[in-house]
Amino acid sequence: MRLEYTSSEMMSVTAARALENGMTCFVGIGLPSEAANLARLTHAPDVVLIYESGTLQTKPEILPLSIGDGELCESALTTVAVPEMFRYWLQGGKVNVGFLGTAQIDRFANLNTTLIGDYKAPKVRLPGGGGAPEIATNAGEVFITLKHSRRAFVKDVDFVTTLGFGRDGKGRDNVPNIGKGPTRVITDLCVMKPDPETKELVVVSLHPGINRSDVMDATGWEVRFAEQLESTPEPSEKELEILRELKARTERAHAGE
Amino acid sequence: MAEFLSLHDAVARYVQDGATVAMEGFTHLIPFAAGHEVIRQKKRELTLIRMTPDIIYDQLIGAGCAKKVIFSWGGNPGVGSLHRLRDAVEKGWPHKIDILEHSHAAMACAFEAGAAGLPLAVLRGYVGSELPSVNDQIKFIECPFTGERLAAVPSVRPDVSIIHAQRADRQGNVLVEGIVGVQKEAVLAAKHSIVTVEEIVDDLKSHPNACVIPGWAISAIAVAEKGALPSYTHGYYGRSNRFYKEWDAIARDRDTFTQWLDDNVFNVGDQA
Repeated sequence: MRLEYTSSEMMSVTAARALENGMTCFVGIGLPSEAANLARLTHAPDVVLIYESGTLQTKPEILPLSIGDGELCESALTTVAVPEMFRYWLQGGKVNVGFLGTAQIDRFANLNTTLIGDYKAPKVRLPGGGGAPEIATNAGEVFITLKHSRRAFVKDVDFVTTLGFGRDGKGRDNVPNIGKGPTRVITDLCVMKPDPETKELVVVSLHPGINRSDVMDATGWEVRFAEQLESTPEPSEKELEILRELKARTERAHAGE
Repeated sequence: MAEFLSLHDAVARYVQDGATVAMEGFTHLIPFAAGHEVIRQKKRELTLIRMTPDIIYDQLIGAGCAKKVIFSWGGNPGVGSLHRLRDAVEKGWPHKIDILEHSHAAMACAFEAGAAGLPLAVLRGYVGSELPSVNDQIKFIECPFTGERLAAVPSVRPDVSIIHAQRADRQGNVLVEGIVGVQKEAVLAAKHSIVTVEEIVDDLKSHPNACVIPGWAISAIAVAEKGALPSYTHGYYGRSNRFYKEWDAIARDRDTFTQWLDDNVFNVGDQA
């Protein structure tokens, strides 16, 4: 019998599978946090999760609403001051993966969380960079997860808050002491990876039931597909069960506050 | 030496119109009671510094206290936008404010440099970001030893920093536990500091490595029970996620916001 699951669940499970056991992951709030904790509760029990609020090696029972929820601190190995987190742990090169979400992403995986429109007279003012600009350059590599839409996947971002590969794809060339940058983008439709030469994002895997035109319709540039286009493996029953339990626990906990 | 004052008197003495003020708290221990006192005393033209201006800065901006905000992430954590911040930036209500934005790493380093008495902070930051094109306080310098290009930002030296903490002893030494954010650095970087605490105790009961700020490094201590609500105080009370969600609807509309401010800040007196 075929398993029933939503496209959001497909995205979370696929994003979770990107993390390997034993990796040290600097986790962004929202979708990345959901995926990272799902990884910890399934195939990667020893993944080390750290959040920018200073919590090192945290194992929250429920997903935090915010980056500094008490749950993160109580379940952490230790909690350090925010300057230490950014200076010693991130800038010091102790983080394998930065796991980020974003509002806008372009074909070279540059991220915009600053604003839509013109800087001086924005149409929409977004929250800003937070930890992302340095997570994206000081972590060994970067995973990005967000829902696929034309509003989010644009040819050129309105503002480069956080470097992917720069507006010409060469933004990391000849920069010393910089991570590999985005190595995969996981959406509710597909998985994308940068072309090794041009660094443009290319679809490498389609989720079950998704065809090329679904991705083309939701992408703001003429998106390319890999020659060896794969089909993303479906979530397992176990993964879905753990994800649903995690979300239900989280919802119950936050409803009572 | 820290002086024990009422919250009213501490704010009246140290927060002057036109001052540069940092009210820190990284999601945890946000000094809401002190922020409300600043609103009640109708302080104006403040330059507000904070890594994560959340609801309390939304309230200060909407109440007309701010001239400028220096920040690195301005949102309602886990919920969405700060509508009062957006209304001020996008539409100039209640008046236009200036913003100067950084990344977290840069601000954390800038507070630390301020605490260390340095004029600038150096970090491996802002590589490939367009933030330096809109913030003239971000420069790049060459390492004199390796030649590496590094980002530099001015240190943060507020006129006054305000934080909330668990407790102080009778000598004014303050214990901060849990997510400690950048609060210690904010206090040490500032000319003056106000620490609000849940309670004054005979014995801090701190661990040997706890974050304790000595009384002689603080200007004023004021008791503000539940002074961090709707954020939380580790070991005392939890965060009201419900209020953070409700704030979205309150802050969206100018009239609803103004009414909320009257009911919950102006008309409750300084014991709230």
